[in-house]
Amino acid sequence: MHDILTTCVYCGCGCGVYLHEQRGRVVGATPSRNHPVSRNNLCVKGWHLHEFIHHPSRLKEPLMRKNGKLTPVSWDEALSFAAHELGRIAAASNGNAVGLLSSAKCTNEENYLLQKLARAVLHTNNVDHCARL
Amino acid sequence: MAGLATTFGSGAMTNSINEIENAQVMLVIGSNTSEAHPQVARRMFTAMDRGARLIVIDPRRTLLAQRADIHLAIRPGTDIPLLNAMMRIILDENLADDLFIEMRTENFYELRDMLFRLDLEEAARITGVELASIRAAARLYGRAQKAVICYCLGITQHVCGTGNVQSIANLAMMTGNVEKEDTGVDPLRGQNNVQGACDMGALPNVFPSYQQVDIDDFREKFERAWHVSLSPRPGLTLMEMTHGGKNGPLKAMFIMGENPVLSDPVMSRVEETLDNLEFLLVADIFLTETARRAHVVLPAASFAEKTGTFTNSERRVQMVRRVIPPLGQSRTDADIIMDLSARLGYVMDYESPAEIMEEIAMLAPIYGGMHHDRLENSWGLQWPCWDREHGGTPFLHKYYFTRGKGRFVPAAHEPPAELPDDDYPFLLITGRIYHQYHTGTMSRHSVLLSREAGEALLQLHPEDGRRLGVRGGEMVRMRSRRGEVRVKAQLTETVKAGEVYTTFHFSEMPVNLLTVSAKDHFSQCPEYKICAVHLEKV
Ligand code: SF4
Repeated sequence: MHDILTTCVYCGCGCGVYLHEQRGRVVGATPSRNHPVSRNNLCVKGWHLHEFIHHPSRLKEPLMRKNGKLTPVSWDEALSFAAHELGRIAAASNGNAVGLLSSAKCTNEENYLLQKLARAVLHTNNVDHCARL
Repeated sequence: MAGLATTFGSGAMTNSINEIENAQVMLVIGSNTSEAHPQVARRMFTAMDRGARLIVIDPRRTLLAQRADIHLAIRPGTDIPLLNAMMRIILDENLADDLFIEMRTENFYELRDMLFRLDLEEAARITGVELASIRAAARLYGRAQKAVICYCLGITQHVCGTGNVQSIANLAMMTGNVEKEDTGVDPLRGQNNVQGACDMGALPNVFPSYQQVDIDDFREKFERAWHVSLSPRPGLTLMEMTHGGKNGPLKAMFIMGENPVLSDPVMSRVEETLDNLEFLLVADIFLTETARRAHVVLPAASFAEKTGTFTNSERRVQMVRRVIPPLGQSRTDADIIMDLSARLGYVMDYESPAEIMEEIAMLAPIYGGMHHDRLENSWGLQWPCWDREHGGTPFLHKYYFTRGKGRFVPAAHEPPAELPDDDYPFLLITGRIYHQYHTGTMSRHSVLLSREAGEALLQLHPEDGRRLGVRGGEMVRMRSRRGEVRVKAQLTETVKAGEVYTTFHFSEMPVNLLTVSAKDHFSQCPEYKICAVHLEKV
């Protein structure tokens, strides 16, 4: 069994949590004893932090709408179509007709890249996230 | 968090979570802390064990309110008159910190003039709270040496959200309760990395570190770093993007890890907007209600499958570590963005998340010293952290505010957009519960969390239950001017007669069908804390 220290994703307290890994699966979560916020304590959400990770309905492959239905496709097909559509609409509208929503569940690095994608690549400041919600 | 930024120049928690333990007086407003921020509530309980006094301002008798020394059960949406009344009492009784006001703030006279015109009896009547209790609260807070104010979405999600926050800041500045350790104003962030998403510039008007897009110096800096020309015009907000309907301003959207169909106040409007897009791209870990409407859905990796950082409510930037490789074919959002960008003809070339952070440290002054190697070997660092040598900042605004002087911005009462009347006699309040998280994309897939709180309940006062002939566990039909839902009733004295309460976590009972889309003019924060509804037994 393998313990890795990480940060809880459920609320803005940001507890330090050890995730327990066993044969490629995350099987448990326990608080860090010395972390300044968790101090050996988690709320009920933190103790069950690992449960959604291996849920059977996790998305495992890219999907694309074909004849009205979301159908599994390759990454290459999904991404080239997506890039083509975003690029086409951004170019035609000078960036005004595309919008991007980032996530308060993603990392800082990912949020940084998303706003960079919006501003530097799609030429729009239409980027926001759900802080207001 | 526009209000706090206007007043202090920075919209984040001024204290660290642990400082709350040392407060003498805690004022909690619009935050169901024990459910939404358990660790903060834990510090509050510790503080009380050490003799601290607690004031709770909340329409509901929350767990924390039951433990409070003073609970002001105000009418929803009347925070401003209440806070103004407290400030007037503090002025009248000479509890204001004149030296602090003189040295550290500006525009106090405008606030003072407004307060002198305030009729205390009238303010008490609007809030539905006895003037004597308001007076007691004002004295308790005004006399404390170390006082913290904690607030949450209950304060920001109103038509007058910005005014609410400014009033809180006014109260804190007037009493000098900001510049010290264990003393301050603490907005508690709803989701885990809301703070980080803001810091990183996932906002229509600012680059990372709150550098405005319409200020030339800032924009030119990013143009040089990214080798592109950038638009000086602030973009559209979330509400403007998702509420345009058929003739909305957008033709294409990329939604990363969010579920606006469920989390937005007016659900049918969001669905209409998304359904009318020419192209919708969604990256998420589950097939959410939003993803179901997309043209392309990309499987994203969960937090256990990637490395990076989150920033918590107290501005602490800390590591998220990869425990297992991405499941199935899923990829991290960072990989997805880089691949998309390359296909769009702009190469983003990063070896690792640590390298992305290096670029952030270069461009975002408050993250100037945040390098993964430093964060790896510590419990993280609190921003502002200007450079490699800087040890981070546990509490803000020591000696000077981020914007120089703190600015008083008086706020007047603005009644909520919709109040009960003969046709819709109940006031519906929405909020969150302990066991579920936002729209539930993650937590509803957790077996235990769903078992503990598996369905939406409508909290109804027993007296109202009797009048409607509804018993606990029975279904009621709840209707507003915008839609109707069916929900199971729970009789409880947590709510007052005439008011009902429920959550927005459940797609089976989408309470957002009912809510109003009136929004705060300034911060564009949707008011879905309250609206008027009609109830009947099914
Ligand atoms: S364990 Fe609970 S209190 Fe700690 S971060 Fe997670 S959700 Fe928040």
